[in-house]
Amino acid sequence: MVLIERLNYLGGNVSRFNNYFPKLCPPACGLEINYSRIRSNPRISYHTGASVESICGSDGDFRVKISVEPRLINNNCTSCGLCAEVCPEERPQKLGRKAGEKAAYINNGLAFPMKYCIDPLVCKREACGKCLEVCDYDAIQLNASPAEVELQVGKIIVATGWILYDAARIENYRYQEEPDVVTNLEFERMLAACTREKTKLTRPSDGKTPRRIAFVQCAGSRDVNHLPYCSAVCCSTSLKHALTLESEYPDIHAEIFYIDMRLSGRNEKLLKQAEGKERIALTKGKVGRIVQGEGEANLVLEVEDISKGFRREDAFDMVVLAMGLTPNHVAAGLKVNKYGFYLPEQRAGIIPAASCKRPMDVSSAVKDATACALKAMQR
Amino acid sequence: MMSAEKKHMALAICTGCDIGNCIDADKLTDAVREAFDGISCISHKSLCSEAGLEELRKFTREKGVDRLGVAACSPRVKTAEFSMDGIYVDRINLREQLAWVMEPGEEDTQMCAEDQTRMVLAKLDTIKENTPYLPEQVYSDVLVVGGGIAGVSAALEGAAAGYRVHLVEKSDRLGGYAGRIYKTPYNEIDLSARTSEVMSHPGVEVHLETSIESISGEPGNFFVAIRNSDSATLKVGSVVTATGWKPYDPDKLSALGYASPRVKTLEEFEQSVQVEQPPDRVLFVLCAGSRDENHLSYCSSYCCGAALKQALYIREKNPGAEVYIVYRDIRTAGFQEEFYKLVQADDAIFMTKGVIKSVSDLGNEVEVVVGESLLDEQITLVADLVVLATGMVPNTTSDLKLQYRLGEGLPELEYEFSDSHFICFPYETRRTGVYAAGTVRAPMDMEMSQEDGAGAMMKAIQCIECVKRGEAVHPRAGDMSYPELYMERCTDCKRCTEECPFGSYDETDKGTPLPNPARCRRCGICVGSCPERIISFSDFSINSVSAMIKAVHVPDEFKEKPRVLVFVCENDAYPALDAAGVHRLRYSPFVRIIPVRCLGSVNKVWISDALSHGYDGILQIGCKPGDDYQCHFIHGSELTEQRGENLQETLETMMLEPERIQTRFVEITDHHEIQEIINDYVEELELIGPNPFKDM
Repeated sequence: MVLIERLNYLGGNVSRFNNYFPKLCPPACGLEINYSRIRSNPRISYHTGASVESICGSDGDFRVKISVEPRLINNNCTSCGLCAEVCPEERPQKLGRKAGEKAAYINNGLAFPMKYCIDPLVCKREACGKCLEVCDYDAIQLNASPAEVELQVGKIIVATGWILYDAARIENYRYQEEPDVVTNLEFERMLAACTREKTKLTRPSDGKTPRRIAFVQCAGSRDVNHLPYCSAVCCSTSLKHALTLESEYPDIHAEIFYIDMRLSGRNEKLLKQAEGKERIALTKGKVGRIVQGEGEANLVLEVEDISKGFRREDAFDMVVLAMGLTPNHVAAGLKVNKYGFYLPEQRAGIIPAASCKRPMDVSSAVKDATACALKAMQR
Repeated sequence: MMSAEKKHMALAICTGCDIGNCIDADKLTDAVREAFDGISCISHKSLCSEAGLEELRKFTREKGVDRLGVAACSPRVKTAEFSMDGIYVDRINLREQLAWVMEPGEEDTQMCAEDQTRMVLAKLDTIKENTPYLPEQVYSDVLVVGGGIAGVSAALEGAAAGYRVHLVEKSDRLGGYAGRIYKTPYNEIDLSARTSEVMSHPGVEVHLETSIESISGEPGNFFVAIRNSDSATLKVGSVVTATGWKPYDPDKLSALGYASPRVKTLEEFEQSVQVEQPPDRVLFVLCAGSRDENHLSYCSSYCCGAALKQALYIREKNPGAEVYIVYRDIRTAGFQEEFYKLVQADDAIFMTKGVIKSVSDLGNEVEVVVGESLLDEQITLVADLVVLATGMVPNTTSDLKLQYRLGEGLPELEYEFSDSHFICFPYETRRTGVYAAGTVRAPMDMEMSQEDGAGAMMKAIQCIECVKRGEAVHPRAGDMSYPELYMERCTDCKRCTEECPFGSYDETDKGTPLPNPARCRRCGICVGSCPERIISFSDFSINSVSAMIKAVHVPDEFKEKPRVLVFVCENDAYPALDAAGVHRLRYSPFVRIIPVRCLGSVNKVWISDALSHGYDGILQIGCKPGDDYQCHFIHGSELTEQRGENLQETLETMMLEPERIQTRFVEITDHHEIQEIINDYVEELELIGPNPFKDM
């Protein structure tokens, strides 16, 4: 098995999550087991920073050209961290990214591979060269160029995953204008950073601790103007967020605005747990728009409160948009359904797996990937 | 593999990555030479570099080294670099768990490095050659139990991968529930094509009207006694159980009027609609029994889609019909949303959120009172027929008749589903080689059941291939060691058979354990359980850990240098300790760390060894127990808690403070907590004072 990953670390979106539903446990725990399986299994190799350039041949005999972007730090890296210590360049501030993260960085303390890399967009290369001076292991290669690798394989599993629907396209929610309106993925990473760095949750605009956080469900999903389908995971995700806030941030109140609360199977218990909590409110109603208000809680939500039958305006100091999921289209030339997700049936030998086929949660993705591995063993 | 006769141990020290600045490598070498006669030592400023590895390889070749301690970074990094053919390598984590967390140049740090190194070398000195467990015969056929959609899918996918499948179905036809429905819902799955394909597939042997009398043995060697018109024994390597579901018992739903002939379940309506015209007014009650603490507290997942489907074909068959749907939330996840839209667009289908207050049969029609609706406080609806969308209850897996002392089926977890409990590892059930698929594992629809059958089959095949190679299947995939019992000293106390979470041990009538190594997950809980200390792995045994404990030099009480033994679970706590290192979170240099396969593998004798050796305290750090446990071996952490209570009593009889032994549970991301736990504990211990058994 050869694993091709576009980013510099394995684990995808999940490796940057704070916790999973319904157990509210950290994903790093399962990832660690999988990483250790990869570490010790000679039948698996992997390339990071790699993208597919071309695929020729047919079922049973594919030739795949991949281009491997240099990490600018090679495999000699021991993850000692000296390069990051002396690096004068900082990566741009991003929600959930460690403040002041250097151009030479590592994903987190449990990253795989446990090696540093350099952000090529920020690094000044030889003009700076500070890392070159301190690295004792000849690991820094600031002029490395992309490598071409050719693979011969019998089958190809496509597991390119998902990305969020672009929040800026829902203009009513003022995602671009308001720094305190964030997506659920950004919020997840903010919570993960709080766990990792043991810091308090603060809102992006002024660094203050938010008091009231609103969760806007179906942001993009179930909406003919955006995504006509249901994204399947966002209700569980928001309940998970609310429950995490409830247990770890005693000053924060959460309110979830929803059309239908969609939890499947045992995830139902998230709803049961949330219903009993004083600092979690659940309101049936779609948020029409978000307008600017006065004072600290300056995000005013206009909601049709369906169960009470009136229109409500309420101010929050932070808003999390439960954004819909879309397929992460990096594999061109595959057959898609009307929503753009890959169809299960492709030309022989090419097998799409997990959330590039439809929105699904982690457990379903693992399940489907296991099934697809079996399909790849079939002649 | 190591040779049995000669044994040459060596130590390689890396002084790179702050290690050389933190400790004196020459002093470390001297300390090691003093403790281990004839040991060969080498040190390098960058052992993992090509030059370092070249030198190391030359060194091991020349000295004839067959066991090597590498004092460098964590075993979680540079794993491939330090793996060497024919040499048993163990790592001494002087980087993440020493140089990055302790004061450089301090005496206490140096002492810690020397102790930790001696510990690993002492362990290397005890380990035995590993002969993997390779049964003479490993069967590659797979048994699939249940001929519903998940079972049929498992059989077809397994056969297509070249594995012979026995598909056992107790009724006289394949298809299960899905095979009896009038129309498939949103996703078109041609089940009849799949069932006829499986019937004629040369790789699948279908056994209809067949029941299982017993399944005995272990992965690779399961013996399945089946009975139909006559009896036979199948020999298979692994099992997929896809025994499906049944509707929740509607007799328990008298409050929803089930006693009336005008009230039917989804399933009953699905059958009747195939023979009779639907009436003019039909009312659906969703969540009939589901999401209800008094009945099924989970969501049955399939019923919203199924009810919407029925509403649509009522309208097809009887264009004059009106349909009401009373729901709590409409749960049409993913692309099913489109199907919901279709139903909403039909003017004669009325949907309302609400709670059913009463259902009364008025003789010729049914009156349904709905409260908390969005229209009004209370509304009254009248229908000719009420359809209750009853939930999904998993069938039992005890039909497998597993000859395990822990029961005949897979353990039923939350809500009685035979799930794995692990989000990341949905198939890793508690019985190695037996994998649940479809609705017996979790509520799911037809499409998901089909995928689930394929996934479980993959796991079943993987299991067979692992057994052939003598490897553990999961979670310690690839581990070639397994527990061996020195039976001469066994007292038939049954501790191991009772505490193994995976039913690895059968027992004789007398209670003598009969190990089945291929069922084993290699957690070592049996090592921890055995009062006679007769269970050991080649590289993890009572002796190996005792040797580690005794390798530590304990200063006398006047030196004011307490020693704390820390048992750390390899799965989550050990990586968390490493992450504390990556974050440079300082903790006490008085700790001496021993990684263990699971906290449950800690044997009581190690605790008394440590106390009599003069350690002042013992800290055990493992994964979270409880309902949402994260212990990779189910109840290892829980057992530690239980055993902890007994230990405290032992301590009291020794006139020692029970606080000297403490257990903490962490998540893998708790590197900050690790620092606090260690430092707080050492502080507490300083208040308690030194162990009076020091120097005795």
